Amino acid sequence: MIELKGINKTFRVAKRQAGFGRAVKALFSREYETVQALRDVSFCVADGEMVGYIGPNGAGKSTTIKIMCGVLTPDNGACLINGRTPWKDRVAHVREIGVVFGQRSQLWWDVPVIDSFELIRDIYRVDENEYKKNLDELTELLELGEILKTPARSLSLGQRMRCEIVASLLHNPKILFLDEPTIGLDAISKIAVRQFIKRLNEERGTTVLLTTHDMQDIEALTERIILVGKGQILLDGNLAELKTRATEGASAEEMVAELYREYEI
Amino acid sequence: MRLYMKFLSMHIKSQMQYKTSFVFTTLGQFFVAFATFLSINFLFDRFDYVGGFSYEEVLICFAVMMMAFSASELIGRGFDRFPAMLGNGSFDRALVRPRNVIFQVLASQMEFSRLGRFVQAVAVLVYAIPRSGIYWTWDKILTLTLMIVCGAFLFFGLYVLYAAFSFFTTEGLEFMNVLTDGGREHGRLPFGVYGDGVLKFLTYVVPLALVQYYPLLYLTGRTDNFLYALTPIAALLFLLPCYVFFRFGLRHYKSTGS
Repeated sequence: MIELKGINKTFRVAKRQAGFGRAVKALFSREYETVQALRDVSFCVADGEMVGYIGPNGAGKSTTIKIMCGVLTPDNGACLINGRTPWKDRVAHVREIGVVFGQRSQLWWDVPVIDSFELIRDIYRVDENEYKKNLDELTELLELGEILKTPARSLSLGQRMRCEIVASLLHNPKILFLDEPTIGLDAISKIAVRQFIKRLNEERGTTVLLTTHDMQDIEALTERIILVGKGQILLDGNLAELKTRATEGASAEEMVAELYREYEI
Repeated sequence: MRLYMKFLSMHIKSQMQYKTSFVFTTLGQFFVAFATFLSINFLFDRFDYVGGFSYEEVLICFAVMMMAFSASELIGRGFDRFPAMLGNGSFDRALVRPRNVIFQVLASQMEFSRLGRFVQAVAVLVYAIPRSGIYWTWDKILTLTLMIVCGAFLFFGLYVLYAAFSFFTTEGLEFMNVLTDGGREHGRLPFGVYGDGVLKFLTYVVPLALVQYYPLLYLTGRTDNFLYALTPIAALLFLLPCYVFFRFGLRHYKSTGS
C-alpha cells in the first residue's frame, strides 16, 4: 500500500547566466531561485495494482520516485509505504522495494552478471534456497540462461535491461518502481520486458509503479494512469475512460499529447 | 565483514580484466613514490642532517607516511572518488539498499595498484629499521605501529571530510589535496623542520604531526616522555568531526537532491 498525502518539494537552484563576466560574478555571489518540484502531491496505490506515472520531462516524476524510495526527504507532507515513512526508516523500507533506474546500471561492468546477482543476494541477506528458486524462475521467465555468464559490458541494451530488472527482484520486493524501463530498447526487448512485468504482477501480486514516455508501455500494462505536470497531479484515472474522452480513433500517444496540450504542460 | 570480502573479490575480478593496465599503474605508483625517495637522497648528499634528523631517521619518517597513505588509499578510495559516485547516481543506488551508507561507499572502490607504493614503503622501512641507530624495544615497536595505523586512519578521515564537502559543492575541492597528497609529500621530512606555524597547524587543526613528528621524537630518543609515543591515538579524535560532517552532508543531500 502506497499513500502520499500533500507532498511538497522545493529545490534551490543557482541561477546561471551567460557570459564570462557574469560567471566571474557568480563565483562571489550566487543568486538562487526556488523551484517547486512537487506541489501538494497525493495519491494512493493499492497492493497488487499497476500504475503508470506519466508526464513530460521535468514534471516531477523522478522526484516522486526518489521520495518514495527514501532517497529524498520532502519539505512536508506524509508518505506511508507499507506503513513506513521511507526517509525515516530507510533500511527497513528499502528491503521491501525494488527500484530500476532505466538510465543507470546496478550491474558490475566487468564481471559476469551472475556475480553481480550474488553480491546483491548478500547485500539483501537473501536466503540461499530462496535465492536459487527465485533466480531460476526469473531467468526462465526472461530467457536469460547463458547471458548470466557474460560480463555486463558485452550485453546488448535489451539483455542488460532484463538483467537490471532481475537484479531488482532478487530479494522478492512487494513493490517495484520502474523509472523508464524500456528506454532505448528495440521492439522485441520491449515486448519481453512488458510481458515479464505483467506476469510478475499477476503471479506474485507485486505492486508496480512505472514512469515512461512510451505510451505502448502504458497500454500494455496499466489500467490506471496518474498524470503529473509542473509538479502537480493533474489527472488520476482509468485509461479506458480517458480514451472515450479523447478524439475518435486517436492512439494512446495522441491522446496523451492532447492531454499535455489541454493542461498546457 | 563477509560482505566486504565479497566486494573485495568483485573488485579483484574487475581489475584483473585489465591486467596490463593494472601492472603499469602499479609500476607507475612505484616510480612516483621512488622520485620522492630520490629527492631525500639528493638532499642528504648535500647535508648530513636536516632539522637535526639523520638520513635513516628521515627514511623511517618517509616510509611511515607512505605506508599510512597508501593503506588509506587502498581502503578508503571510495570516499576519494565520492564526487563521481554522486554524479553518476550510484550513490542513490546505495541509498535504496538496506545497508549502512558509509560501508557501501567504502566498498564501492578499492584501488589495488596502490600496492606499488605500499611495497616500496615496506622496503624502505626494512632498510632503515636496522640502520637507524634506534634500539628497538617493545615500546618503540608499538610507537612505530601506532604511527602507521593511526596515520592511515587520519588520511582516511581526510577523505571522508572531502566526501562530506562534495555534498555541498563539486567545485574548488582541490584544496583538500594540499592536506592529503601534500601531507604525504611533505611528510617525508619530520614536520618540525617546516617551522613553528606549520607545526602548530598540523598539531591542532589537521593533526598530521601527531602521527609523525611527535612519536618520531620518542622513537629516536629525543624525548623520554612516553606520552609522545601515544599522540597518534589522540589523532584519531579527528575522525569524529569528519564523521559528523559527513552525516550532516548526507542530511543536506537528502533534502536537496544533488
